[in-house]
Amino acid sequence: MSALSTKHLLGIKYINTDDIHLILQTAKEFKEVINRPIKKVPSLRDLTIANLFFENSTRTRISFELAQKRLSADVINFSASASSVKKGETLLDTVNNILAMKVDMIVMRHSSVGAPMFLANKIDANIINAGDGTHEHPTQALLDAYSIKEKVGELKGVRVAIIGDIRHSRVALSNIYCLTKMGAEVMLAGPPTLIPKHIESLGVKVTYNVKEALEWCDVANILRIQLERQDIKYFPTLREYALYYGITKEILDSLNKKILIMHPGPINRGVEISSDAADSPQSIILDQVENGVAIRMAIMFLLAGRSFT
Amino acid sequence: MQSRVILDHKQIALIIDRLCYQITETHKDFKEAVLIGVQPRGVDLAERLFDRFKQLFPDYKIPYGKLDITFYRDDFRRSDKAFSPSVTDIEFSIEGKNVLLIDDVLFTGRTIRSALDALLDFGRPNDVELVVLIDRRLQRHVPIQAKYIGKTIDSIISEKVKVFWQDKDGMDKVEIITEPIINVEN
Repeated sequence: MSALSTKHLLGIKYINTDDIHLILQTAKEFKEVINRPIKKVPSLRDLTIANLFFENSTRTRISFELAQKRLSADVINFSASASSVKKGETLLDTVNNILAMKVDMIVMRHSSVGAPMFLANKIDANIINAGDGTHEHPTQALLDAYSIKEKVGELKGVRVAIIGDIRHSRVALSNIYCLTKMGAEVMLAGPPTLIPKHIESLGVKVTYNVKEALEWCDVANILRIQLERQDIKYFPTLREYALYYGITKEILDSLNKKILIMHPGPINRGVEISSDAADSPQSIILDQVENGVAIRMAIMFLLAGRSFT
Repeated sequence: MQSRVILDHKQIALIIDRLCYQITETHKDFKEAVLIGVQPRGVDLAERLFDRFKQLFPDYKIPYGKLDITFYRDDFRRSDKAFSPSVTDIEFSIEGKNVLLIDDVLFTGRTIRSALDALLDFGRPNDVELVVLIDRRLQRHVPIQAKYIGKTIDSIISEKVKVFWQDKDGMDKVEIITEPIINVEN
């Protein structure tokens, strides 16, 4: 168990538990590295990595770029809004042109489900999925798993509630795959319109009552309402959503235990979570962000180490 | 596969004592000295030296740390080996200190070269000295020498030198393992 079983990180669905263990374990050593006075190691100094963001991002993009720089890789950034994509170039042409300039690894976010899988079949470079539409966001799930493991000690048997807009969330799907593979229990909670039918077949519980989920869980991962992906009305108003499904300090204090609060960001304060809950000592939202850099360093280090042979 | 024991537990105990006294001779009161074991196998020797120091000189306080060099290796992406990192644990500043870098076997010298890179990311030591149990003196790839040596041996590249420790492997010993030369000509 010291090499990944895959050349690309396309989704948690496509990797096994050994891979997840290896990534979490390697990330632990990288977390020590990024807390040193000199936060940089020379591992990937002969690699060039392209970050292709066809969809907006702050956290993930900065996190990937920092991770790459701390591994001493050369980085090029690309965003669709300022590129030839606007002139009508296809995805494959864009990527092939970038690869022709000798790029070794691609980190890609795209609004279309399956875009990284499509590329993986066509090109040689390692591909890391940084989010494809409403499908998967594997690095987020891995950093969430790492953050839970760091605070709780292990993942097996931990009860995690994922609350909010499950239907449009790639974080939710990747988290479900990752947590169930690692032996954690998962419950989804939110309005019935935002929870896909038959999602129980992935081995998760479903409730439409947020209080019930909070009473059941050890960790609550709260998701943003993705208005940009909602073509129709799934609930009457944001105010009503906040009233019935929003997490507040009062609800957390009414529980007979202290649960951990997570959020993949960006937060809509006052909608899915109130400010006093997001900033409470139970919240590990900023730990997640710190761990994100370590996880991404681990993934790129492991993929790079594998690809040479 | 043939193996030959070149050091047994008695000899290793003597060597550890001798290394302790030799190091003490140069470092006197250990005011500026720190011990750093190179992960994974150098840490075993470092721990043994550290424990023996405490027994011999209970008044001296010597800081002891572990250094992992996985992310600094120069053969990353160049060999079939998959690397898994170990813990780095240096809880003190090495700025201006006299670092005793400890590894079990000095062979090509590349591990120590990487270890120097890794070490310098923690600060600028006053000097760095190398302590090894076994020095395979004929196979160096880089100009690196140890200052404190348990035993110097002449071996050929195809031979392997393996160090066993009581805590981990059930006994203290050093073996040379020789792969049989197979003649494939008919």
